[in-house]
Amino acid sequence: MSGYISALLDPSMPFVRNALAAGLLSSVLFGVIGSVVTVKRIAGLAGAISHAVLGGIGMALYLAAKGVFPGLPPIAGALVFALASAAIIGFVSLKAKQREDTVINALWAVGMSVGVLFIAKTPGYADPMSYLFGNILLVSTRDLVMLAVLDAIVVFLAWRFYPQIEASAFDEEFARVRGVPTDAVFVATLAVTAVAIVLLQTFVGIVMVIAMLTLPAGTAGFAARNLAAMMIGGSVLSAAFTAGGLAASWALDMPAGAVVVVFAGAAFLTIAAIVAIRSRATGRKPRAAETTA
Amino acid sequence: MTRVSAAGAPASRDSAAGASPSPAPVPRAPYGSAEAAPVVAVRFDDVSFSYGEVPVLDGARFHIHAGEFAALVGPNGAGKTTVLKLLLGLARPSAGRVSVLGLPPEEARRSIGYVPQHVSYDPAFPISVAEVVRMGRLHSSTRRYGRDDERAVLNALAMADVSELAGRPYSALSGGQRRRVLVARALAAEPELLVLDEPTANMDAESEARLFETLGGLKGEATILVVTHDTGFVTALTDSVFCVGERGHGRSVIRHLATPASHVASDQYGGPALQVLHDTELPDDGCCGGKAGL
Repeated sequence: MSGYISALLDPSMPFVRNALAAGLLSSVLFGVIGSVVTVKRIAGLAGAISHAVLGGIGMALYLAAKGVFPGLPPIAGALVFALASAAIIGFVSLKAKQREDTVINALWAVGMSVGVLFIAKTPGYADPMSYLFGNILLVSTRDLVMLAVLDAIVVFLAWRFYPQIEASAFDEEFARVRGVPTDAVFVATLAVTAVAIVLLQTFVGIVMVIAMLTLPAGTAGFAARNLAAMMIGGSVLSAAFTAGGLAASWALDMPAGAVVVVFAGAAFLTIAAIVAIRSRATGRKPRAAETTA
Repeated sequence: MTRVSAAGAPASRDSAAGASPSPAPVPRAPYGSAEAAPVVAVRFDDVSFSYGEVPVLDGARFHIHAGEFAALVGPNGAGKTTVLKLLLGLARPSAGRVSVLGLPPEEARRSIGYVPQHVSYDPAFPISVAEVVRMGRLHSSTRRYGRDDERAVLNALAMADVSELAGRPYSALSGGQRRRVLVARALAAEPELLVLDEPTANMDAESEARLFETLGGLKGEATILVVTHDTGFVTALTDSVFCVGERGHGRSVIRHLATPASHVASDQYGGPALQVLHDTELPDDGCCGGKAGL
């Protein structure tokens, strides 16, 4: 632990401070967007978007290496694929619900496959592992600025449209009757989630970003009294998992993203078990396992 | 089927009044003379609707007077939900016209209180009873709730008899309590038209009695439309009964007479019940000589 603190304070190792800053900035997105994703039960949709992003990364790497678009950054391809995936999923969810599962899973698998194929045909060496599982130590100052800007946008949108977001997630039909454009709220949620995934995959990778979008918010949800508290609690927990995970990964010489996700998963499962045991002792069903009436 | 003539038959409201201690005062058009037509809260004019190739409504024509307590009955799959969606502006008719409080449904939404059947909700959703009820004051885009909104929420909690639950998590309530909270949410809108979809589904007798007590208190102040799959009996609060079902070549909405049913256990309908007479059919223009106005 002292070694990690020394590294944080070492002027010759800015990447360690960048990693912590990226983790803390990401925590806001994990907490706020994660809460909306969790209560709207669209984690599967977010998972499909995050995995389809590999297709964009692979295509950007290939086009840059082949000289078609010299210098094209992988994040540009990721953004295009993320938004395209969000648009397709949004359209299918709203207009063709009977095929929703098929299309989401197809996007998930085809996106990854396209990415693997492009990376395989990219001249030179491109390591897909750093995209799949992330490498927070490669976070640049530009990445930090983009994360901070997205944090500000997401927090503003969540504050400004909180009643509409809450009502759309709780009872979409009633929200529509009250005049809330629920389809627009849904599509905007998907679009913001897609953009966030592109930035967040730098941290934990495209495979595990969905874990951080659900676990801290889900853990906070056990104790939160409302959606706002869930967002704040999810952000705080995410920051704690991030700081603790980075310190542990430094001490144990392990991949930071994986350690952070293991911390988040362990906390979620522990709290869920405690809640289940307490509920059984008091004779009440745990909230997450209650039946509907 | 007995078709009751416009001149000779009592409106179903009249028959229900016999079983109801306080028949609904029917508001009159302010611009009318002593013989002015009753104000109409809901009007379907030859409305047709289909899901793709499957026709659901075919030329449905009915109206509900302002201040009435109406029941829309029909078996599962008959098209009750479609009528509701059209009335709430969540679906558009393929032919005909729907008007609510004299306006297209989309423009009348702010004056409608809606209690959905709400059979599926996320029990892990963190939200308090007070926050659920405050949704009744939700605006389409603004985030502010003013003093009027807070007052309306408190009134609605009291009217639905759930004030003591305000601070509790919604997920901690029983099914009957949750239903009354949703009624409070609808009342928070201070609606001119209150629409309740299967309000007594999964309710215990006590909650049901409390619900009908609340609705009885509202009768005459707002138009109330209760949708139910129970085609045999309705609460004695009911002034008019409409049945969704087969008619000729398609589905339509038919107005029936209802008569007091003393042989039905009163705890099933929150009090005395009326039996729906399915072999009667009241013409749409029978109740007010075709003069019902907006």
